Amino acid sequence: MSFPWANEYKPSHPFMQWMDEKLPLPRFVYNAIGAGYPVPRNLNYWWNFGILALVCLTLQIVTGIVLAMHYAANAGVAFDSVEHIMRDVNWGWLMRYAHANGASAFFVVIYIHIFRGFFYGSYKAPREMVWLLGVVIFLLMMATAFMGYVLPWGQMSFWGAKVITGLFGAIPLVGEPIQQWLLGGFAPDNAALNRFFSLHYLLPFVIIGVVVLHIWALHIPGSSNPTGVEVKTESDTVPFHPYFIVKDGWAVGAFLFLYCAVLFFAPNMLGHPDNYIPANPMSTPAHIVPEWYFWPFYAILRAFTFDFFFIPAKLMGVLAMFGSILIWFFLPWLDKSPVRSGHYRPTFRKFFWFGLIPTMLVLFYCGGAPAEEPYVMFSQIASLYYFAHFLIILPIVSSIERPDPLPFSITEAVLGHDDKAALGTTA
Amino acid sequence: MAHDAGTDTPELTAGDGVRRRDFINIAAASAAGVGGVVTLLPLISQMAPSADVLAESSVEIDISQIKPGQAIKGVFRKQPVFIRNLTPAEVAEANKVPTGSLRDPQSLAERTKPGKENWLITMGVCTHLGCVPLGAGEGEVKGEFGGYFCPCHGSHYDTAARIRKGPAPTNLEVPEYAFNSDTVVKIG
Repeated sequence: MSFPWANEYKPSHPFMQWMDEKLPLPRFVYNAIGAGYPVPRNLNYWWNFGILALVCLTLQIVTGIVLAMHYAANAGVAFDSVEHIMRDVNWGWLMRYAHANGASAFFVVIYIHIFRGFFYGSYKAPREMVWLLGVVIFLLMMATAFMGYVLPWGQMSFWGAKVITGLFGAIPLVGEPIQQWLLGGFAPDNAALNRFFSLHYLLPFVIIGVVVLHIWALHIPGSSNPTGVEVKTESDTVPFHPYFIVKDGWAVGAFLFLYCAVLFFAPNMLGHPDNYIPANPMSTPAHIVPEWYFWPFYAILRAFTFDFFFIPAKLMGVLAMFGSILIWFFLPWLDKSPVRSGHYRPTFRKFFWFGLIPTMLVLFYCGGAPAEEPYVMFSQIASLYYFAHFLIILPIVSSIERPDPLPFSITEAVLGHDDKAALGTTA
Repeated sequence: MAHDAGTDTPELTAGDGVRRRDFINIAAASAAGVGGVVTLLPLISQMAPSADVLAESSVEIDISQIKPGQAIKGVFRKQPVFIRNLTPAEVAEANKVPTGSLRDPQSLAERTKPGKENWLITMGVCTHLGCVPLGAGEGEVKGEFGGYFCPCHGSHYDTAARIRKGPAPTNLEVPEYAFNSDTVVKIG
C-alpha cells in the first residue's frame, strides 16, 4: 500500500516495459526505495539508522563469506586457521578486522535504531508488527554474534560458549540434557564448534528474510516520523528517491568514516586479549566477559545472587536476562499513550532521559566489570529499575500524563503553518 | 476453474453425510504429518553427543603420587576433575560443619567412599556457569573455606567441595568412580 499521490512507475525504455510485464522487479524496487515511496518530509538523522543496519548486514555477509573460504571449523586447527587468515591470506587481516569490528558497528547502529523507536514510539499502532519483527531480528543478531565469537576458538570463545550454554543447564529437570544436546558433548568441543559455524553461516540469511518482512510491514502504514502525527496530505511527504537516498548516502559516508577509523587505527580496541590465547578447557580466564554489546544483559544475569522464593538464583538470573529482551515484545501494549513521539510527552521524556538511558549505561558498565561489589549492587538496582520502567512506569505514565499539544500536521510542524485551505484540493 | 462437482454427487455420499473423499483427505494428511514428524527425529537426534564422544566417558587415573594436602586435575569427558588427598585437619574441618546449615546439605562421608574419606574426587566445574574453580593447583587461592574458589562469579567451596558462599546452587559434582586398587581410580 502506499499513499494515493505516490509517483507511478512508468518504464520508458522498451526493454524495461518488456521486463515490467514479465517480472516487475524494477517496479517493486521503485515502489519500495525509489520515487514511488512517499516518506514524511520531517525525518531527522535518527531515521538513517535503518539503512545503516542494512549496510552493516551486507558488510558482515560479504566479509563473512570471504572468511569462510579460509577458516577451518575444527577444534584442532580453528585457532591456527584464524592466525593463518591474519598472517598469510592476502588481505586476510583486513577481512577479519572488518568482520569483527563490523559486528560491533552493527550493534552500535541497531541499539540507536531501537532507542529511536523507544523515544519516538515507533512501536505503536499501526506499526506493532514492524516492532515485533525488529525484536526477532535483534534476537537472531545476538545468536549469530555469540556463535561467531566462538569460532576463533580462543580462551574467551571457549569459556563464553561454556557459560552461555551453561545458562540452559539452569532449566529445571531437562536443563542438563538440553545443554548436552546443544553442545553435542559434555563441554564445548569439535561438535559444538562445527554446528556453531554451520548456524553462524545460516542465520544471517534468516535475518535477511525477516528484514524483508520488517520493511514490508513498515511500508503498509508508511514510515513513522519525529512528530508522531500521521501523514495527512501530499505536502507532508517527499519521495524516497532522491530525497532520502541522498540523505542516507550522506549517513552511510559518515558511518563508514567512523567505522574505518576504528578498523584501521584501533582494530582490537573492542576485542579481548585473552581470545588470542588458544582455548584451554582446563583453565578459566580470571575475568570472563562477553563482547561489549552483551554487557547490559550480562549484568542482569549476574544481578540475581539470591534465591527468589522457590526459584534458585541461577535460574532467576537466566529468566531475567531473557525476560529483559522478551519484554520488548509487549511494549506496544504496555505503553498505552495515544501520543507516539516523546517530543510531546513531558513526563515520559523525563523517565526516558533520566531513567531508562542512565539505567542502560549503568547496566552496560557493570556487565563489563568484575562480579564484585559495588558493581553487583549497582546491577541489582539498575535491573530492578529496568523492569519497573517497562512494567510499572510506562503503563502509569501513559494513563496519567498530560501530553503537549500536537501540531495539526507534519507540514505545520515543519513550516510553522499548514495551508489548510489546500487540503480540499489535494485530497 | 470449474468447481470439482464429482465429489459432491449424491451416489458418492454415504447416508451420514461423510464422503469417501473426506476419508482420503484425512488419511493422506495424517500420513504426511506423521511422516514429517518422524523425519524430524534423526534431524534432532544428530545433535546429541556422538558415539566417539560418549566412548571417552571413563578414565583411569594414578593417584599414588598425591600426598596429603595435594590435589591434581585430571580430564574426564574433556572437563577437569579434581582429585584431592585431604589432610586430617581438612577432614575434621569438613565434618565440623552441621550439614543442616548448608545450601546443598551433604556430609563428607556422603561425598567420598567408605574407608577412603581423605580422597575427595569432584568435577572441576563450578555448578554456577561452568568455570574451572581455583584451589587444585599448587599455590592457587582456595577461597574463604579452604576448598575451592571460582574466580568467575565468586563461589566459595569448602574442604568437602560444598558450596558455602556465592551464586553456585549446588556442591561440586561427585562423578561416578571406583577404586580399582589403592593407587588407581577409575572415573566414569
